[in-house]
Amino acid sequence: MTLDVSNLAVDTELPERARSLRRHVVRLTADSSGAHLGGSMSSVEILTALFFGGVLRVDPRDPESEGRDYLIYSKGHASASLYAVLAERGFFPVEELETYKQPGSRLAGHPSKEVPGVELATGSLGHGLPVGVGLALAGKHDRSDYRVFVVLGDGECQEGSVWEAAMCAAHYGLDNLCAIVDRNGIQEDGPTEEIMALEPFADKWRSFGWEVAEIDGHDLGQVTDALHRVPHRDRRPTAIIARTQKGHGVSFAAGMTAWHYGQLTPQQREQALGELDADAESSA
Amino acid sequence: MSAVVDQQPPGSPGWISQHGLSAVDTARLAQLDAAEHDPRVFSVEGDLADFGGMAFKERYPRRFFDMGIAEANLIGAAAGLAMRGKVPCVNTFGAFALMRACEQVRVDVAYHHSNVKIFGSFTGLASGFSGPTHHCIEDLAIARVLPGMTVLAPADAVAAYHLGRAAIEHDGPTYMRFGMDVTPQVHDEHASFRLDKGLVLREGSDVAVIAAGLTPVAAALEAADLLAEQGVRARVVDMHTIKPLDEDLVEESAQIAGLVLTVEEHSRIGGLGSAVAEVLCERRPTPLRILGVPDRFATELSDHEGHLRRCGLDAAGIASAALAALREVDAT
Repeated sequence: MTLDVSNLAVDTELPERARSLRRHVVRLTADSSGAHLGGSMSSVEILTALFFGGVLRVDPRDPESEGRDYLIYSKGHASASLYAVLAERGFFPVEELETYKQPGSRLAGHPSKEVPGVELATGSLGHGLPVGVGLALAGKHDRSDYRVFVVLGDGECQEGSVWEAAMCAAHYGLDNLCAIVDRNGIQEDGPTEEIMALEPFADKWRSFGWEVAEIDGHDLGQVTDALHRVPHRDRRPTAIIARTQKGHGVSFAAGMTAWHYGQLTPQQREQALGELDADAESSA
Repeated sequence: MSAVVDQQPPGSPGWISQHGLSAVDTARLAQLDAAEHDPRVFSVEGDLADFGGMAFKERYPRRFFDMGIAEANLIGAAAGLAMRGKVPCVNTFGAFALMRACEQVRVDVAYHHSNVKIFGSFTGLASGFSGPTHHCIEDLAIARVLPGMTVLAPADAVAAYHLGRAAIEHDGPTYMRFGMDVTPQVHDEHASFRLDKGLVLREGSDVAVIAAGLTPVAAALEAADLLAEQGVRARVVDMHTIKPLDEDLVEESAQIAGLVLTVEEHSRIGGLGSAVAEVLCERRPTPLRILGVPDRFATELSDHEGHLRRCGLDAAGIASAALAALREVDAT
């Protein structure tokens, strides 16, 4: 078995990796007919920590390898950052990102199983956690030690199927299952608390029998630490609520409902890339 | 369901005296027998396991999961189990699997070509007095339109056993519908089933009656007897696999008889009749009559039999529809 983890230094290498993912997201959003910029940017640190922070045991050369950990990216609309992290981790060539949403490409607006490293085709919300429950049940049955990580959007948690699965995971004591909610606070039509309030959000998960951690979802130290400690409690599923900002890293998109989905103009593209370069210089 | 390995051939008198003639029970038996030889077979339940599912729970408790009354999670979790090479057999009412959790069936099962077996009970009008919330006359239309889905409608408890086993052995998503009651025996121990081949149960050249499901096939055979008394020879086909449809058998039946009747306990829209119409239109335009449930909710309180009679799906209704169609065709 060649399963291993990529474990970059939290203080130096991971931030640069996160910036690199953001640059890809900017390019994909500008060079295609458009992308879900806001939710792709908010999940960057979560994906960086999973794939480069010593968490996911996967083999990019053999994406189906037995015994691997599973990542279900349930918020499939935010595919740009998922493709970016899979490419950078070596599941497919980084150059292939240029084919995003182009005819004949594997990289559709919503990820399909054609893409190496994509375990579940997602895009319709509320599907990832139930499937994750099935994978986790199989792991318990087989006495296998793989873990199942499911990244959810916060707006997605308005889907009833999420709570059906949450109830079931706790009932069966699935401590090999971890839900990571990208709590960026904004959905298509506006702030979650205005459209369909989720708070008290952590209490909801706790009352369903999950062990909950609330963290700053853009603090790579906090994200990697929380993921390393999964399961946070024996015989309980873990929910990590990562407080994030939609469009994080690009000043004009940060916290903006309007940048849930869109296409960047050439000027916006250059401004966004410039801001990321400036951020890199100031951290150096 | 006492013997683990059944010495009696399915469909034989001994087997029937032991297991009965309810497709619910024999579909369960198929899962139980498959699980005996195949450790991949799991039973995944939506709080309806007490309809014949407890033997599996007792015998293979580690392969039995009751997911409660939550069908979206039921189907999604089954797809997750299938991703790990399991063969999850989902048992619930057909209406709940295909309508409550339709999008999970579409995305998690069909789109992923997940090896999930959905056993849908209480379909058609089998729930009788329970009323339209529990009637299920839309499931074939829904299942049939999903790419890659194999769709089965056994004609009796013997077929339910064989097709249940075949579904589990088949690699890919499968939906099998049946009712709840004891229904007439159509097949004996000599019947053999292939998922892509319908069965000619009776030869005749005046009209071809293509039927599918627990009550229609038996009623079609009975109707053929009534028609014979009038000098009309009916060919009767058990089209147990709605998808992939045995198109050659449809065309052959049309060619032999020149008039086709389809019979199903399902809406006249979108089920067996529509599937046959699609084939005939393209391959051999032939007069066709589609017998099924009218396009409205069956709000009249009635038992199963009464509903079937009202819809003209009993033997007398099928026979009179055949005679009327023959008259119309002769007049043109």
